[in-house]
Amino acid sequence: MADAALATAAPDKPVQPDELPLLEAAGITKLYGDFVANDAINLEIWPAEVHALLGENGAGKSTLVKMIYGLLQPSAGEFRWQGEPIVLASPHVARARGVGMVFQHFSLFEQLTVAENVALGLDNAELAGLDERVAEVSRAYGLPLDPKREVWRLSVGERQRIEIVRCLLQDPKLLILDEPTSVLTPQEAEQLFRTLRVLRKEGRAILYISHKLEEVRALCDTATILRGGKVIATCDPRAETAQSLATMMVGGEVGAVRSDGAKKLGNPRLVVRNLNLTPDDPHGVKLDGITFELAAGEILGLAGVAGNGQDELFAVLSGEVRADTPDVIRIDNTDAGRLSITERRRLGAAFVPEERLGHATAPRFKLSDNALISGHAASPMVRRGFIDRGQARAYVDRITKAYDVRKAKPDPEAVSLSGGNLQKFVVGREILREPRLLIVSQPTWGVDAGAAAAIRQAIIDLAGRGAAVLVMSQDLDELYEISDRLVVICAGRLSAPRQTRRADRGEIGMLMAGVGMKGRDHAARA
Amino acid sequence: MRLALERRAERSILMAIASPLLAVALTLATGAALFAVLGKPPVEALKIYFLDPLRDPWALQEIAVKATPLVLIAVGLSLCYLANAWNIGAEGQFLVGAITGGWLAVATHGTGAGYWVLPAMLVLGALGGAAYALIPALLKVRFGASEILTSLMLVYVAELLLDYLVRGPWRDPKGFNFPTTAEFDPVAAMPTLIEGSRLHLGAIIALLVVIWATVMLGRTLRGFEIKLVGAAPRAARFAGFNDKTLTVLTFAISGALAGLAGIIEVSATVNHLQPNISPGYGFTAIIVAFLGRLHPVGILIAGLFLALTFIGGESAQISLKVPLDLTKVFQGILLFYVLACDTLILYRFRVLLAPKVVHGVH
Repeated sequence: MADAALATAAPDKPVQPDELPLLEAAGITKLYGDFVANDAINLEIWPAEVHALLGENGAGKSTLVKMIYGLLQPSAGEFRWQGEPIVLASPHVARARGVGMVFQHFSLFEQLTVAENVALGLDNAELAGLDERVAEVSRAYGLPLDPKREVWRLSVGERQRIEIVRCLLQDPKLLILDEPTSVLTPQEAEQLFRTLRVLRKEGRAILYISHKLEEVRALCDTATILRGGKVIATCDPRAETAQSLATMMVGGEVGAVRSDGAKKLGNPRLVVRNLNLTPDDPHGVKLDGITFELAAGEILGLAGVAGNGQDELFAVLSGEVRADTPDVIRIDNTDAGRLSITERRRLGAAFVPEERLGHATAPRFKLSDNALISGHAASPMVRRGFIDRGQARAYVDRITKAYDVRKAKPDPEAVSLSGGNLQKFVVGREILREPRLLIVSQPTWGVDAGAAAAIRQAIIDLAGRGAAVLVMSQDLDELYEISDRLVVICAGRLSAPRQTRRADRGEIGMLMAGVGMKGRDHAARA
Repeated sequence: MRLALERRAERSILMAIASPLLAVALTLATGAALFAVLGKPPVEALKIYFLDPLRDPWALQEIAVKATPLVLIAVGLSLCYLANAWNIGAEGQFLVGAITGGWLAVATHGTGAGYWVLPAMLVLGALGGAAYALIPALLKVRFGASEILTSLMLVYVAELLLDYLVRGPWRDPKGFNFPTTAEFDPVAAMPTLIEGSRLHLGAIIALLVVIWATVMLGRTLRGFEIKLVGAAPRAARFAGFNDKTLTVLTFAISGALAGLAGIIEVSATVNHLQPNISPGYGFTAIIVAFLGRLHPVGILIAGLFLALTFIGGESAQISLKVPLDLTKVFQGILLFYVLACDTLILYRFRVLLAPKVVHGVH
């Protein structure tokens, strides 16, 4: 059915819209106690439209789409489906109407095949001939998938295709995608966009949640911007700039991050030579001959698709896992491979792990206790084994002031902070120690634009004061924005570094997919 | 309409204090129902159980005597539990402490040894309990064996060891074949605090341990480490704390305190070794630890309350003719309610109205 469309998959004008919007939200409000998550939202989604839903974390995007998919019920207002009021009481009802949703976190059984996973997600699965139907849909929409392969063999991009195929088999009129490209390589993302354009051409509506502004401008016909639970604007993103969209999202000018002109790099602060590591976890990634240098004043960006050895590399650089020999990791000319994380901190190193809650912080501990997690190694907060609570609280206050951490009371539990504020706390906790070496993983993951800019600026300023910084991120835009040099990790191996200014995005994307890495052939994640 | 549990944004301090009280109230209510079923007057029975001992000076002292081992053991257990190490075998460590400390009393019996005997017995008791607790701890960190099972099973080993010793090599030759050792010499006996009373120096030791644990947990990096390893293991590794070392350490401390409780109990109240030196203090202390919210001061209060159930149980057995096992039933019900009520610290109940009826579908 889509073969013809596939042939002309370029972005083109949507089909003439119908008289009525496919789905209309009229004054949708959602209250959690006194908190207004959605405040009188009005929204129209038309057939054959890719409609972007833009907003910072906590702007109310998830709440709104969960109501559209029937997972939550609005406190006030109503939804209209082709003009007729409806109650989307459950996902089952929503699916019956023709709403499909692809979540950010997949729900797949690793040990089952593609077709079996598809069958489990269907409301009325006819198993006979399912393989053929999966194959047909995946071919028609440019979503290559082998129905008989087990999920654990598949890449993240392929897993996402299963979720999309599952939705398409239900013949949805409206497809909701929640940050679909956050886990994809640029090439995989481009392939997804081609599929979405085919779907639009067929007259389906797509509600596309993202915070990647360039992507929205390239793909979407309409953008609705949420801020603080309210609709701030509905616009044509192609007529806007990324800067103007960001301004609407954040509500003020987003200060572009700046580094102070040309840098003079100092001596190497971190030297990693031929680091090999076999992880304890059988599903972990083996690190293979990792070699790089990081100079004082430099920011090295480490790009890569999730699950290619970033976690293992972070663990061995931080000292949570020790290397086999001392000299493979040198921090400030000291062999550090066998040192503990505490000893490495005393050498002037600081670490920010990817996971804010549970790894960087203990969720149910107060911030002053969480300040001790990395601070006990070398700070006046601990003297002769005794904790100075006053010092710990003062440190929290300093972080709060320096990084604008918003919280309901002076010393709340970590779990009560929003993601962005907790991340500012965690990054601030490490940077205020004035480390000479900072290793940070996903510094702005799931953080709103304002907080992200503040965190990136803090990292750049720290490097400006002579610290060496390693930033691991899956957000290529971020690495291009702040790093001096770029390396790519794929299947536990590191590419040669490139000057960021001269690094070609296409080439970096290929390296992330394992194409062009030197040495053995890297069938990524096979 | 239905009832749902909803996660609280922050732990409720109010509920942290109210939960044990609620648990006690629910236990009393259940107890009253139990008495009614047994055909005893519920109110009268509860009064005999829980109020009468508080009005009798002798019984009050007896409560302190019984609370001493409970508090000592429970403080140690609370350190384990906070660090996510599950020592269930305090009863065994209690017995081994009594054995290793009691050995010195048996060995020096009648030799005219000086006042060093009792302090040395206390040290030996603590060391013995610690060594015994290290067995499950090392099995866990070395081989991954479940410390819950190994520590529990070692209780029965300790019981049989004590039984063997007092029937075999250590039996008092002049004891008419009763399975006991000879009575300890005065230098091996714990001094009493008040002339003619059973209240002994061990109560002071227990108080000192409570103070030590309060400071250690609240003010020191070690205490922070114990709490962090238990609450967020990954964050603890990030902080540079080693959970295996800590498992060994907390097991050793709790074993030492249980062993100390064992030798104190023997040297203060029994004055010889015999098969039954504990009415299950090591197990009751688990309830004390949780009822006291794993906090040393809470444990002190909970220890006194559980001691009250022992005393009340004894007098109820005499005056109401109810079985002594009813005390254990009470203790079990109490632990059940404590754990159930603890849910309310992190969650709250919410009444949900039925979702609106769907229309216009199918």
